[in-house]
Amino acid sequence: MRSNWWKIAAVILLAYTFTAGFMIGVPDIGNLQQTIRNLFFHVPMWFGQIILFTVSLVYSILYLRTPNLKHDIYAAAFATTGIVMGLLGLTTGAIWANYTWGEPWSNDPKQIAAAIALLIYLAYIVLRGSIPDIDKRAKVGAVYNIFAYFIYIPLIMILPRMVESLHPGGQGVQGNPGLNGSDLDARMRLVFWPAVFGWTLLGVWISSLVIRINLLRDKNLIHA
Amino acid sequence: MRKAVYALLKKDLLLELRQQHTFYGILLYVASTIFVLYLSINKPEADVWNGLFWIIQLFVCVNAVAKSFLQESRGRMLYFYSIAGAKEFIIAKLIYNILLMLLMSLLSLFLFFILMKNPLQDAGRFVAIVCLGGISLSLVFTLLAAIAAKAQQSAALMAILGFPLIVPQLLLLIRLSKSAFGEVFRDGAILQITALLVGLDIMVIALSLILFPFLWKD
Repeated sequence: MRSNWWKIAAVILLAYTFTAGFMIGVPDIGNLQQTIRNLFFHVPMWFGQIILFTVSLVYSILYLRTPNLKHDIYAAAFATTGIVMGLLGLTTGAIWANYTWGEPWSNDPKQIAAAIALLIYLAYIVLRGSIPDIDKRAKVGAVYNIFAYFIYIPLIMILPRMVESLHPGGQGVQGNPGLNGSDLDARMRLVFWPAVFGWTLLGVWISSLVIRINLLRDKNLIHA
Repeated sequence: MRKAVYALLKKDLLLELRQQHTFYGILLYVASTIFVLYLSINKPEADVWNGLFWIIQLFVCVNAVAKSFLQESRGRMLYFYSIAGAKEFIIAKLIYNILLMLLMSLLSLFLFFILMKNPLQDAGRFVAIVCLGGISLSLVFTLLAAIAAKAQQSAALMAILGFPLIVPQLLLLIRLSKSAFGEVFRDGAILQITALLVGLDIMVIALSLILFPFLWKD
């Protein structure tokens, strides 16, 4: 129970997101209207994705330092959950865009960058699938995962800043390329940050379940 | 270190000179692809020309660079392992692939000029961009070839791994090339994109040097 406090926190934070997120008063800005509440669902997905991919990177580096199959299982699970978060982020983004930009997919540079980021990490899964030898798969997967992360960060953090986009953030705006930084309404901030933590904790929770299944499946192969 | 790199590089170049069928194979690939383009769209507009050129570069790079690791048999890799270090080996491969890709890029540019006309306003600048692009593409695909060589069906895997990963650089290159077609950029934008491309290249070289030793030991 004591080690599970963060799972309880995730449930409480998400329950708060789903209730307060739909109930609090939100500022009425232009054509956003009530779709602004999607901020509590769409944006945390990308926070979650970056955090999960970073954790996956750390485990890949750990694997290369000390080749323990456990690290590989961790890295793969976090990357997979990051992909799921990306899919949800793209979907919520498309729903939002349908109401504000007029169509779900308008080839916006940020939509394209997010989709390519997903392809990069899906290739990681394909690469792992194509190597039958377990140790070799872990090692080659770790090398690709590290390489992919260093392309992923410029792809989503630097390139979108250089081009015009319908999406908030970007050219002329300092800070995060996905958000208009500090101009978030004070009432919304009270739900936004709990939502970010809640969704990220949920992502970690899902990953930990995948990890536990894989650890049980491969328990004969893992030593120490 | 320098001696080992030089020896490995010389071996690759000598192999290329003695087994010319692979070189001519790629050359024929370039020529026939561009000829097919010429037959299907004669004199494309500048934007189409630019896009096609870089897509052809991408395919040429996948084919030219992939073989650098796929051609090395397991036994030969073991031999290299006993006489040279991982860093020397990857540096030699990087240099060799850069040279090969530069040659292929310039040849395909030449063929583009002959067959697809020349919509460029500043050809000198475009040649410089093509050189930068050739280097960027070959660096990324060298490490990917080393990764893909470890898996089954490596040739197909090269494309799956490579195409999404090369997109950032390819987008920057296509954007940068537009300056050679007479598009006006705001002050400093060209310098910014070039610096970003060079920065990515340096990052890829650093990652190759750090990561390749792990792939090397089988």
